[in-house]
Amino acid sequence: MSTHHPLLIQIDRVEKTYGQPPNEVHALQDISLKVHPGEIVILMGPSGSGKTTLLSLIGCIIRPSAGEIRISGENIGPMTQAELGHVRLKHIGFIFQEYNLFSTLTAIQNVMVALDIRKVESTASRRIAMDALTSVGISNLHNAYPAKMSGGQKQRLAIARAIASKPDILLADEPTAALDAENGRNIMELLQRLTSGGRRAAVVVTHDPRISPYADRIIRIEDGRTDQSDPDSPIPTFGKAGKEDS
Amino acid sequence: MIFIIARQNLFYDKVRFMVTVTGVTFAVVLITVQAGLFIGFTDTISGVIDHSGADVWVSSRGVKNFDIAMPLNERLLYQIKSVPGVLSAGKYLVQFANWKKPDGGQESVELLGFETPPGLGRQWNVVEGKEDSLDFEDAIIMDQIYKEKLGVKGLGQEVEINGKRARVVAFTSGIRSFTTSPYVFARFKTARKISTYAQNEVTYILAKAKPGLSPGELKNRIIGRVEHVDVFTNEEFSSKTRRYWMLSTGAGAALLVAAFLGLIVGMVVVAQTLYATTMDHLSEFATLKAMGAENRYIFRILIIQAVLSAAIGYLIGMLISLVIVKAGEASEAAILLPGSLIFMMFFLTQIMCIAGSFISINKVTRLDPGLVFKGR
Repeated sequence: MSTHHPLLIQIDRVEKTYGQPPNEVHALQDISLKVHPGEIVILMGPSGSGKTTLLSLIGCIIRPSAGEIRISGENIGPMTQAELGHVRLKHIGFIFQEYNLFSTLTAIQNVMVALDIRKVESTASRRIAMDALTSVGISNLHNAYPAKMSGGQKQRLAIARAIASKPDILLADEPTAALDAENGRNIMELLQRLTSGGRRAAVVVTHDPRISPYADRIIRIEDGRTDQSDPDSPIPTFGKAGKEDS
Repeated sequence: MIFIIARQNLFYDKVRFMVTVTGVTFAVVLITVQAGLFIGFTDTISGVIDHSGADVWVSSRGVKNFDIAMPLNERLLYQIKSVPGVLSAGKYLVQFANWKKPDGGQESVELLGFETPPGLGRQWNVVEGKEDSLDFEDAIIMDQIYKEKLGVKGLGQEVEINGKRARVVAFTSGIRSFTTSPYVFARFKTARKISTYAQNEVTYILAKAKPGLSPGELKNRIIGRVEHVDVFTNEEFSSKTRRYWMLSTGAGAALLVAAFLGLIVGMVVVAQTLYATTMDHLSEFATLKAMGAENRYIFRILIIQAVLSAAIGYLIGMLISLVIVKAGEASEAAILLPGSLIFMMFFLTQIMCIAGSFISINKVTRLDPGLVFKGR
């Protein structure tokens, strides 16, 4: 863990409430968390515990009801939806459980979409997209449609799309849930490699205990609260699977 | 990439794409043909007036249209000829008459009698026979479109109108009658003989202004000197007649309503199919929003889908419309497709399809990017 680098994610006493009193639902309460470059942080907890809400907050899709969230130093609390979108464009790459690929586009076109919304010029976009596919090991499938790919290949493609714009933060929602054990391991090893440069961090929401060995820290959430009082605390109970401290 | 996403979304589901294009095509054909009929009828209604060569029409009081008017006394002709600024003037007769077909059946025709000189209100576009054959006694000219309807096989055929003998000496082309009673042109003397008019009666007096005098000025001069008549410039009378038949009778409204329904049907079909396509790709649009794409990025995808649907539907629809127009050339109903209508239809189709995409745009505007997370 490299504490000398600026924080990529800083969450301070955040709350998220849905609805109005007296029927409000406290999805998250008093959450604090710091994520440094090079880290893989895993959020675990039962269904309805609030881990996806926390992922949505970190992903700048929703705003906190109280507390402060900083993404790469930017406080997202007072931001408009358009400004939140801009932060997502600049800093965040998403990886989803169901891949969320464009079924009508080829693999390379799926990656190029992520660059196109960032206004990357077409020729450069194609080159960068090909590099991204190469880095996840599916450059040979660049003209294939998602329907012709296996689950593992689809998730690799989703990761290629997420990293093409070189984001600081990768947010993964159950990235191995739809995969078998071997493909799940491969995906986590890929995420580990992509964060090992010490510049990028990943936050992974999962139910899957098999991926725990790949975490720098595991944060357990239950009833909207985390199990740790120190937002910067390392994991004492899980060892890391083949990753050097960056 | 926006164009590629739009194109792929549109073409990926071929059945749905065909439904969209069929809807647009249907709307284009319906609107074009109805509008073409409207223009054709409008052109037909005032065709004789527009080709008359007259500057001013003088009629009995309260006339509402060209085809139905009370008779005037022919001595008005001499009063009008004496108005300063009148270059020439002539008597004109318009009356519906009974045409007896060789097989014994009957048809209604509209008898048009004009004086030569000056020849104002005469036939035009003669394609068979000679115009000056009208100088023969009882000679008439009719349009070739109505040969079958009136039982006429060729030039020189003798016919019976209002129980009086007449002979077809020439055929015109493309002179249709809106009232469904074919026009029959004749010299004034012949027409009056066939008609039920008295010897001193005429329907209109047509006048031509001297060079340098406007029709409006000539009209005012006639109004100042001749009483108990209505006076119109050629343009006014043409417009009055068109308004009467197209608006007062509801004939034009029916055509316009059908065209408008075509527009609505097209819009609904496009809206429905684009919405279905949008719903199919909703998670992809949510993904785009989650990734940081602005709403307008997605709007452009939807609008390009609408524009592509419009362009393809327009091309097919316009080809079908041209075939229908070509097939209708020999029929009694004129469908006119001027370049301006073809041009305007392109933009109308685009507007129709883009308007149809607004429901999808509204859906995407309200789309929560948080949908991308399965846990929510």
